This record gives sequence, structure tokens and C-alpha cells, in this order.
Amino acid sequence: MTLLPRPLTTALGGLTLAGLVTLTILGLWVAPPDAIQGDAQRLMYLHVPTAWLAYFAFFVTALASALELWPRTRSPVWDRLAGASAELGVMFTGLTLVLGSLWGRPIWGVWWVWDARLVTTAVLFFLYLGYLALRRIPGDPDARAKRVAIAALIAFVDVPIVHFSVTWWRTLHQEGTVFNPELSAQIEGTMAFTLWFAVLAFTVMYLYLLAKRYELAALEEEREDAELEAAIAERIGEPVGARS
Amino acid sequence: MSLARSAWLVSAKDLRIERRAKVALGQILPFGAIVLLLFAFALDPDRGVLTRAAPGLFWVAVLLAALLAVSRAFAIESENAAVDGLRLSGLDPAAIFLGKTAAVLIQLLLLEAVLTVGVVVLYDLPLGAFGPLVLATLAATVGIAATGIVYGVLTAGLRLRETLVPLLVLPVATPVLFGATRAWEASVDGAPAEAWPWVALLAAFALISTTVGMLAYGPLMEDG
Repeated sequence: MTLLPRPLTTALGGLTLAGLVTLTILGLWVAPPDAIQGDAQRLMYLHVPTAWLAYFAFFVTALASALELWPRTRSPVWDRLAGASAELGVMFTGLTLVLGSLWGRPIWGVWWVWDARLVTTAVLFFLYLGYLALRRIPGDPDARAKRVAIAALIAFVDVPIVHFSVTWWRTLHQEGTVFNPELSAQIEGTMAFTLWFAVLAFTVMYLYLLAKRYELAALEEEREDAELEAAIAERIGEPVGARS
Repeated sequence: MSLARSAWLVSAKDLRIERRAKVALGQILPFGAIVLLLFAFALDPDRGVLTRAAPGLFWVAVLLAALLAVSRAFAIESENAAVDGLRLSGLDPAAIFLGKTAAVLIQLLLLEAVLTVGVVVLYDLPLGAFGPLVLATLAATVGIAATGIVYGVLTAGLRLRETLVPLLVLPVATPVLFGATRAWEASVDGAPAEAWPWVALLAAFALISTTVGMLAYGPLMEDG
């Protein structure tokens, strides 16, 4: 009922903890403040990994949904995995938006700009929020798994179209963009290392949370089945466990 | 029976029900119109804001009304478990999808015709180049109707369907709002050349959503 062997999950948990502690030290003290942006730039060590994982998590959801729909690979494993990854994806997308906003205020002077990447990310957030809402509606497990898998694939197909239309919208109507290439062209060695380390540490965290969320989903299903079983047994007036 | 013939039967059935029940005419159309009025109340009509924003407001009103039309398209199936009859009819699911989409499409086009008169009269919008305007509207509406019907069948028979459909449809339909609004703006501004890329985007969206719908409708309808 677990996604990964239990010792591996535990090891991932330990690695996550160690990684986040190390990242805190690297990000707050070891890496120098940015020449132009000052300490605000340190938010990038969180913003960049959350953004990467947001996209990666939705990719995993799409992949798992496709495997769920493919008759030869159909299994409740994929459904649970898709759901777990989508939940993490929505969390990371939300974090990306909030962290980006916190960074944008001191650097750009505004909480929000209608930049193509920001708008796409915001749409992404709602796209998968809808998917999660759909997942929460109970029903026959097989029908539900198929339904949500199709919804996940539709959402995934829609993402590039949204991104494309938003990019077009902004470039046709607005000169230039807030992303100044000169600001990001040069990254100092320690800073680059910290950034890559942050991406790695967060990816390990994602895997750990994914495994844990998967376990939880499996337990939830088990309990639901047990409750249903008990309710049926009660209805037919037999003691629980007598029928099997 | 050919795909087109089956689709025609389904859409004719839906439109016949609509002709008798008059929900689109008596409720959805007035809803769209009152949204146009509300925009005018919310924004200052004297400062030219309304005219400038008219294309966007028009399409927001259409999207909101479309949600009701989709909801209605599936309400008529769940009444008296009519959907079981449809399932047992042996019609190709792709044809059922096309038929239901066409029925919503026709209702939305009528709604848009009325709302267009609304924005011209109330918001003082000059329509400009007609070609790209009409084609953009047609492509956008196909996209909205197809997306709506896909999510309609996806959520058919579920509890909380009414509140779920808007949350699912609106984010997916954002490219339509972008495309249709920009194409309308370009036409209104007398720059039809700028409208064509958006018309192409809308046509691509319409094609993709229709294809997805034809493929997904069968598996989705089975377990409805």
C-alpha cells in the first residue's frame, strides 16, 4: 500500500530535513546578498524550486493519468499518484505565486504584474484547483478514476495553449517585459550553487511528501472500504466479519 | 447511421426541448443582458471606459451565460433519467457530443447576436471590420460550447455539479477569452490584420476541444 519501500520513504524524510536545514544556512548566511536586489534576492532560493516543482508535479499527474487510462497499465496506483502529485502541485503553485509576489514588491515595486509567466501560473493554479475539487466528489472508484484522469489530461493539454495565448497577449500589447535579462545574466558561484542545491532539496522533499500523501490516500481508501463493508453487514443484520 | 445524421438527431432533440421549455430564451438570454447592464452600472458609462472595455465585457457576459447553457444541456438529460435512453440508443458517443455541442452552439450564437446589439446600443461600440469579427465569434463559440459539453458530461450525475462546472470550465476557457477579446478589439479599432492571428488561435482551440470531446465522450458517458 506504500508507493516506495518504507525504509526508502524514511530515508527521504531524513534527507529532506537535512537538505532544508542546509539550504537555510546556505541561503541565509553563506550566499552573499545580491549586488542590486540585496537580501530580497534570497527569496529566489525558494521561489525557483517551488516553481520547478509546480510544473514537475503536474507533469507527474498527467503521466500517471495517462497510465491510468491506458487499459494495460490501469491500476489504483496511478490514480492515487496523480491525486497526490496534483495536491503538491497546487501547493507549490500557490507558494510560487506568494513568494514571487513578496519578491516583486521590493524589486519591481508592485505585488503583481501581468507578465505572461505570472498569468499562466495563476491560471494553472485554478485549473488544478478545479481538478482537485472534481477528485473530492465521491462515487464508484473505477468511474471516478477514469473521470479525473481524463480531466487531468485535458488540463495538461490546456496549459501550453494558455501559456501561448497569454504570451501573445502581452507581447502584442506591451513593449518589453519586466524580466530584465541583465539582472539574471550573471550569477555568482555560491549563489548558483545555493540555487541548484535548493532545487535538489525541494525535489527530495516533493518525493517524500508524494510518498506520504500516497500512503495516506491508500489508508483513506482502505477505511472507506471497511466502513462500507461494516455498513452493508449492519444492513443485512450480520455481525461484521461473518461474511467473507 | 452517419455521424452527421446522428449528431443532427441529438441536437434537434435538444433544440426541440428548448423550443418548448424556453429556458435559454426566457432565462439565459435575460441573464446575459442583465450582466451587460451590471457592467454599465459598475463602470462609469460617461468616461468612455465602457466603450473601450466593451469587447472584453461582452465575452465575459457570454462565458457566464454559456455556463448556464451547459448546465441546462445536462439538466435535460438527468430529468427522468433521459440520459439512459440516450446511452441505450446505440448512437455513436462522438455524435452525441457533436449534437449536444451544436445545440449549445446555436443557442449561444443567438445569445451573442442579441448581446452584440446590446453592446452596440448600450456601450456605443462601433463594430468595424465584419469578417474577422464574425469568424472570431464563430470559432470562439465552438470552443466554449465544446469545452462546456466535455465538462458537462464529466460531471453529469455528480453531486455539486452546478458549482463545479464553472470552476472547471473557466480556467480552461481563458485562451478563448484572450483570443475573442483581442480579435474583437482589433476589428473595432479598424485593424483587421491584427485580428487574424487571434482568429487562428481560436480556430485551433475549437479544433482541439472538439477533438478531445469526441474522443473523451464515450468513456465518460459510459459511467455517467
